[in-house]
Amino acid sequence: MSESAGRTLTVATVLCGVCSVLVAGAVVILKPKQDINREIDFKKNILMSAGLLKETTDVNKAFEQVDSVVVDLETGEIVSDIDPATFNQDKADKDPNYIQTIEKQSDIAGIKRRAKYQKVYLVKKDGAIDQIVLHIYGKGLWSTMKGFLSLDKDAVTVRGFNFYSHAETPGLGGEIDNPKWLAQWPGKKVFDENMNPAVDVVKGSVDTNSANAEYKIDGLSGATLTSVGVENTFRFWMSNVGYGKFLANLRNEVVNED
Amino acid sequence: MKTKELLLDPVLKNNPIALQVLGICSALAVTSQLKQVVIMGAAVSLVTGISSLMVSVLRNSIPNSIRIIVQMTIAASAVIIADQLLKAYVYDVSKQMSVYIGLIITNCIVMGRMEGFAMKNTPAASFLDGIGNGLGYSVILIAVGIVRELFGSGKLFGFSILPLTTEGGWYQSNGLLLLPPSAFFIIGCLIWIIRIIKPEQVEND
Repeated sequence: MSESAGRTLTVATVLCGVCSVLVAGAVVILKPKQDINREIDFKKNILMSAGLLKETTDVNKAFEQVDSVVVDLETGEIVSDIDPATFNQDKADKDPNYIQTIEKQSDIAGIKRRAKYQKVYLVKKDGAIDQIVLHIYGKGLWSTMKGFLSLDKDAVTVRGFNFYSHAETPGLGGEIDNPKWLAQWPGKKVFDENMNPAVDVVKGSVDTNSANAEYKIDGLSGATLTSVGVENTFRFWMSNVGYGKFLANLRNEVVNED
Repeated sequence: MKTKELLLDPVLKNNPIALQVLGICSALAVTSQLKQVVIMGAAVSLVTGISSLMVSVLRNSIPNSIRIIVQMTIAASAVIIADQLLKAYVYDVSKQMSVYIGLIITNCIVMGRMEGFAMKNTPAASFLDGIGNGLGYSVILIAVGIVRELFGSGKLFGFSILPLTTEGGWYQSNGLLLLPPSAFFIIGCLIWIIRIIKPEQVEND
């Protein structure tokens, strides 16, 4: 075993060269496949919240009925000069041109800032909007919970909802993934008669005969803070700092068309 | 040494987790679901086997002064390639395991086998030794995974075995088993059982 400096350097250089080629090669060759996986995973989450994902569903085919638009949250209007196909929400969420700080009293979801443009997915049926899928996120107990909420075309009634990423306590707050708990969301209303955000995650189970049961969701036992986080996430994104204005515009359009 | 000994000794006689108590960190992190356990076991076995093979091939030309860093570079490359392959072919699982695949590099078993075995033995023997230690690691992880998934979420490989009360069944799941520290208790019990069967593994005070 030679110990000269020259030899040591040669071995190190050659090894680094060979390893870099191997690693870089693997990354470059496998990237297209990984990108496809990532995209399918993303589409799956949207379809799942809209209740369109079954075991046998061809994700890309099912996604053909989904249109996307970019919405300016300040005005509630659809931004026409940005192509939704090229708009990258993850990049926009970090882009200083888009980021706006949320004032403390409105920041109930604990997210501090958000991009003013948000991509919204419209599920079409026979050419008309059938469901509106919104990306929502907010603080739970430990983590930022991210999910998709699907609203009916009336922009008030929940059609479906699920979180695709969170790190709440398994078995307690983690039960926000429980299909039984998620199943009570469809049919609930996110706004009251005066169109104020109205979701209420209550302690224990909801008495279906009680007044306002249509706004109420069972709390998760042993996970008060996660439940509060879910409620606040909903209330924030339905408020005028969130999608409130956009949804109000949609409702007015429907009324005018009638 | 014979092939059989190289492959099977690390499973019970000289288990990397139960006797050498190496690689505990990942045993805590990924054992709440069996599917993850199997992928993790396979990834660690392959990374250990291939890195040991490479180190053994190069063992006579690696300068002594930089041997650890050479081993690290080889293992790190193998880990990155394994991670990329998982992302391309089993995306769902790799998403759940997030950083833990990348953290195989910090698994002491990999470094231990390269420095302790592959530097002194032939490539074929080193490869088998690496795979064997990976198997020993996998066996313990699978045992921990079975206990945690069955009693923590009433399932095995995602199939419902004990119907949970939250889903209308009778089984009240054990929340502790869903949290990483529970793996400590299970590994402790396993080490205890193995040392009852094989008293020669008990350390002298």
